[in-house]
Amino acid sequence: MQRRQFLTAAGAAAVTAWLPQSARAATAGRYENLLILVELKGGNDGLNTVVPYADAEYYSLRPRIGIAREQVLQLDGSAGLHPSLQPLMALWQKRELAVLQGVGYPAANLSHFRSIEIWDTASKSDEYLSEGWLTRAFATAPVPRSFAADGVVVGSNDKGPLAGGGTRALALTNTEQFRREARLAGGEGVSRNPALAHILKVERDVTQAAAHLGDGVVLRCEFPNHALGNAFKTAAQVVASKAGIAAVKVTHNGYDTHGGQQATQQRLLKELAEGLVAMRAAMQEIGRWDSTLMVTYCEFGRRPRENQSGGTDHGTANAHFALGGRVRGGLYGLPPALTRLDGNGNLPVALDFRDVYATALERWWGVSAVNALNGRFTPVNFLQA
Amino acid sequence: MLQRLLPILLLCCAGAVAAAPMGFDEARHLLNRTSFAANVGDIEAFAKLTRAQAVDQLLGWTAGTVATPAPGWINTYESPRRLRGASDEERKAFQRAQAGKGVELRGWWLTEMLTTRSPLTEKMVLFWHNHFVSSLQKVRSPVLMYRQQQVLRKNALGYFGDMLHEVAKDPAMVIYLDSASNRKGKPNENFAREVMELFTLGEGSYGEQDVKEAARAFTGWSIEPETGEFLFRRPAHDDGVKTVLGRSGNFDGDDVLDILLAQPQTAEFIVSKLWREFVSPQPEPAEVKRIARLFRDNRYNIKVALRALLLSDAFYAPQNRAALVKSPLDLIVGTLRQFRFETGEVAPFLVAARQLGQDMFAPPNVKGWPGGEAWINSATLLARKQLLERLFRAQEMRQPPPMREAAATPVAQQDAGPRARFVRAMMDIHFDADQWLAQFKPGDPRLLKVVLAAEPAAPGDDQAQGVVRLRDLVLDPVYQLK
Repeated sequence: MQRRQFLTAAGAAAVTAWLPQSARAATAGRYENLLILVELKGGNDGLNTVVPYADAEYYSLRPRIGIAREQVLQLDGSAGLHPSLQPLMALWQKRELAVLQGVGYPAANLSHFRSIEIWDTASKSDEYLSEGWLTRAFATAPVPRSFAADGVVVGSNDKGPLAGGGTRALALTNTEQFRREARLAGGEGVSRNPALAHILKVERDVTQAAAHLGDGVVLRCEFPNHALGNAFKTAAQVVASKAGIAAVKVTHNGYDTHGGQQATQQRLLKELAEGLVAMRAAMQEIGRWDSTLMVTYCEFGRRPRENQSGGTDHGTANAHFALGGRVRGGLYGLPPALTRLDGNGNLPVALDFRDVYATALERWWGVSAVNALNGRFTPVNFLQA
Repeated sequence: MLQRLLPILLLCCAGAVAAAPMGFDEARHLLNRTSFAANVGDIEAFAKLTRAQAVDQLLGWTAGTVATPAPGWINTYESPRRLRGASDEERKAFQRAQAGKGVELRGWWLTEMLTTRSPLTEKMVLFWHNHFVSSLQKVRSPVLMYRQQQVLRKNALGYFGDMLHEVAKDPAMVIYLDSASNRKGKPNENFAREVMELFTLGEGSYGEQDVKEAARAFTGWSIEPETGEFLFRRPAHDDGVKTVLGRSGNFDGDDVLDILLAQPQTAEFIVSKLWREFVSPQPEPAEVKRIARLFRDNRYNIKVALRALLLSDAFYAPQNRAALVKSPLDLIVGTLRQFRFETGEVAPFLVAARQLGQDMFAPPNVKGWPGGEAWINSATLLARKQLLERLFRAQEMRQPPPMREAAATPVAQQDAGPRARFVRAMMDIHFDADQWLAQFKPGDPRLLKVVLAAEPAAPGDDQAQGVVRLRDLVLDPVYQLK
């Protein structure tokens, strides 16, 4: 054994021995708590989502696309939501909505692909990892085999935080269709050919999940009639089946608003709010809202100064939402520091995205975050004890 | 076709006897990777050639023109300006017409893929479509997307530098990456960033300042709104001094492209991408460097790079056989071509390609389809198998497969909608399994080799005959590999 490995192993053992009994038992993972990640693909403009409406600098940076003070849904004396997010106000008033401001990471990368990779793998800006952060979490504290799958991806072909490793991650569009077609998967055999091994693993995952899915209750709740609404509906049906699911990723496309942002974002945020509220209703219907945590994320926020095309270019820190029956509603992080922009004209970070992940891992699931996040991060206090 | 050409080929190549004929397995591998699928007749003909003869032959066939007639509207640019002051109804009618043209455009290309004498040409056009990405979703003009493909087609096996300069000014690209709104004093960085990250250098080989400075050099590149042609708007151009990758000057956009082409990293980036398309998921750095140098020394001649890749030892290495996942179009076009399916309407196969994750003329984002293992997840794998099962079952039963939806839907509604069209198209499909199988004697080991890139993963039923046996083979996981 190399010295370094030895130290790591010895360190881990020492920590485990030191922990009280209850904390050690908790490393099994409380996966009866469901995590739903909602990806706002393309990079949502957080400044027009959670609007610093009392900051004159905001209106001087955004003379054309800024949201007028009188249109903003006020959360407090300085922050307000985009008017399309009206459906979320009921959650805000019930204190089930946490608004996380200034979420990002140091030395931001402004490429869509690299930055979402950083978020998905929970890596440092200059560090390349191949496995998603949920994949690493599930390697540390495995999801029970009795679960239909570890995670389900709806509305995207990209597994994101569930990528790589031995994670049982399903991509689904429609649960009925999935059950009908699952007979086509064999799932036997192994191979040293990586491409073939991948296909065989997908077949096995399908076979196992199909045995569990679809025995759930029929949901009465209505979902809005758009792609995101359908994705949430599929997600809700999966969750409603008797066998468990630890994590769901839902993708909402179209947030890369370099031009003509106003109309696009108005539609997208309306769809988002409708979808989130419908999902809440569905989870309440099956008695799962108190064991559901929904968190939004995306590769980056957008630049504070609007561009010539009535849009915004790639930025850094961003506003995100956490919602759930046991969320402690309120504002977290810091309001956007519009007078402290960096050399590219972008916002400073107030809250590391890995702090948000650590909250889900440690406070929601009771799983050690060190492996999954490649370091120690501080959970944010947005969950009830 | 090949059988007729072969005697001529052999005569031409009589001088090159030093290298040995490549044999059945290598010929199968080469043809399978460079076309959508390989027929047994073509494999036998190529088996007699040396590797170099075979590759030169494939490259020699790429010069041809498109045989499928283009849609009638390709010369009529529909300016969005005509919608100014239009009623909601007129707008909707315009959008419907545009959507219909989008389907025609996709159908035109798919038909060409299904019938071309040079599948390698279409594979290369598809490769560049997935490199210099634009999408109907944003460009919203089938005419401009058609024109962009003409640029890609013309240069697909020509000179990369020429293609880069032309694509950068291609109107569909100008719209797709927001160049049209990139103006002096208020730059839009979208094109400047992606041209470095995705078209030439790759991520990590430039800085944020390079993006900003390059964006200034591209200011003023726009389109003429009535004709949809490229237009340089001089007043919008920033003619100050810019510094890009350590070089300073009063650069315009073309100067910046030349600076990018002068970086050795550009050749390596493109060769690595070609490697992942044709050779294996893991490029070998030393080989990439060697071929990239050749590529650059030959003024970025794409044929030179491709030839070197297809003649490399890595290409034929055992561990790289069956190492790539078929793209949805590999699967669809390959199956229809290989088994000589006769098809009626192609539109249902466009729907299938989209369901499998490859909507032609509409890649998901500027990075294109990620490809490789990402093609296969639980949803797409089941959709692939469902399609294959339908193709071969429809044949077996000579009637559409029993479908729950059809049974549960009142007859009056069954004629409409893509699903009904799919069922009808399946009825139009003709595949003569007996005739196809007659190419092989009973127990002929070539049957398995022609259909699968490696030994089947599932044992299957040895006793199965005819189309049942074929269906077993195409439903084997190995059929998803090439």
